[in-house]
Amino acid sequence: MADGARLIPPPIAMLAELTHRCPLSCPYCSNPVDLARREAELSTEDWADVFRQAAGLGVLQVHLSGGEPASRRDLAQIVAAAREAGLYVNLITSGIGLTEERLTEIVAAGVDHIQLSVQGTRAETADRVGGYRGGFAKKMEIAEAIARAGVALTLNAVMHRHNLGELPEVFDLAERLGARRVEIACVQFQGWALENRAVLQPTRAQVDEAKDLVAEARSARAGRLVIDFVPPDYYADLPKACMGGWGSTGLNVAPDGTVLPCHAAQTIPGMRFANFRDLTLEEIWYRGPAFAAFRGTDWMPDPCRSCDRREIDFGGCRCQALAVLGDAAAPDPVCRRTEGRTRLDELLRAEGNAPDLEAARWRRIGG
Amino acid sequence: MIPVLPRGVRLHWDGVRATHVLLAPERTLMLDEIGHAILSRVDGVTPLSALAAGLAADFDAPIAEVEPDVADFLLGLAKERLVDLNG
Ligand code: SF4
Ligand code: SF4
Repeated sequence: MADGARLIPPPIAMLAELTHRCPLSCPYCSNPVDLARREAELSTEDWADVFRQAAGLGVLQVHLSGGEPASRRDLAQIVAAAREAGLYVNLITSGIGLTEERLTEIVAAGVDHIQLSVQGTRAETADRVGGYRGGFAKKMEIAEAIARAGVALTLNAVMHRHNLGELPEVFDLAERLGARRVEIACVQFQGWALENRAVLQPTRAQVDEAKDLVAEARSARAGRLVIDFVPPDYYADLPKACMGGWGSTGLNVAPDGTVLPCHAAQTIPGMRFANFRDLTLEEIWYRGPAFAAFRGTDWMPDPCRSCDRREIDFGGCRCQALAVLGDAAAPDPVCRRTEGRTRLDELLRAEGNAPDLEAARWRRIGG
Repeated sequence: MIPVLPRGVRLHWDGVRATHVLLAPERTLMLDEIGHAILSRVDGVTPLSALAAGLAADFDAPIAEVEPDVADFLLGLAKERLVDLNG
């Protein structure tokens, strides 16, 4: 290990984006707008190698994601390889493309936890958001199969202006499906979601109501259902640390083997990313220029440099700074201690009068 | 009360950091010696009282002190559904 490397902690978690393919086409998808094609995807063997290297580096949990991981026919082998490497395996799926038979293989391969994403709690809205008719019914079938298999289940609901009203039903659905946890995330504006920000942004009144509902449900369902709630950034006054600090806890591997500090990092112009096919994960984590770019506090502009929160939020999200201010090295525009906040407030005002869902740009390959 | 680790929650030895960890959905808890000693005795069969008695004997500590500490620790985890308490 090089000298400077001694100060850098090993990563704890890895997001493995197995594929960008997905039968759904959610307008808030966090995948890049320029989707990777199947021919470019890593092989089963490549992934096994990624997992061994990751475990050797200190990664404890791997999140198998996409796109839709079930779009990979070798998903069960990939799960088995991750377990063999000693990792805790979390599968993030929309359930579409999984059958009870495939699920049985995945369970036998040792999956530890499944996160099932729902686009809503009513077939009508969910299928409209996902752009896939009959998707909701299939999802409920697979949810029941997961419950029968006894695997730990978390329900993930991405909430936005057009479904926040269904929040109480999300909690009911989670309990009915035997989920121990539910994750309510408000859309994060990256990838496709950024293109559709005006359509998806919830109103402040909606967010306030959601917070009350979450607090109520937490006490009413204590000990049965754990509720994680991620309110939308734009209505906060101070930013969140992105990924617990750039290059400090986690890394992402894209379908083609590109290793990223954050799943939206590829939107940052001029940043170069190493590929797992060319360098080891250790080399990339400890010495890769993309990981070094915003790690720690040295890169910071004013006023972050001298701020008492600099090691709490690390200046917030780089991709959000880029998306709103056009500069990835600026403080997160959510922060009220910075000038960038004016720009964000202008956006919120301008988008307050937002168009209907029909105006969204649905994701597709070659879009 | 019989504590049990639910599916999806398991102990793991982290060789890189040289520590025991509890791995769970979206959670990684680094365990100290006591935390690990408690959780490694959670087998879904041993009741809380017997588990505490075993720890008290091994650590040569009074059971009257050990049992409430063990109960607190496990109740805290149960709130987050990292441990289930049956019966
Ligand atoms: S957000 Fe929607 S479209 Fe994107 S990968 Fe997830 S399920 Fe597929
Ligand atoms: S000034 Fe920078 S470090 Fe301070 S709270 Fe704002 S974003 Fe965080």
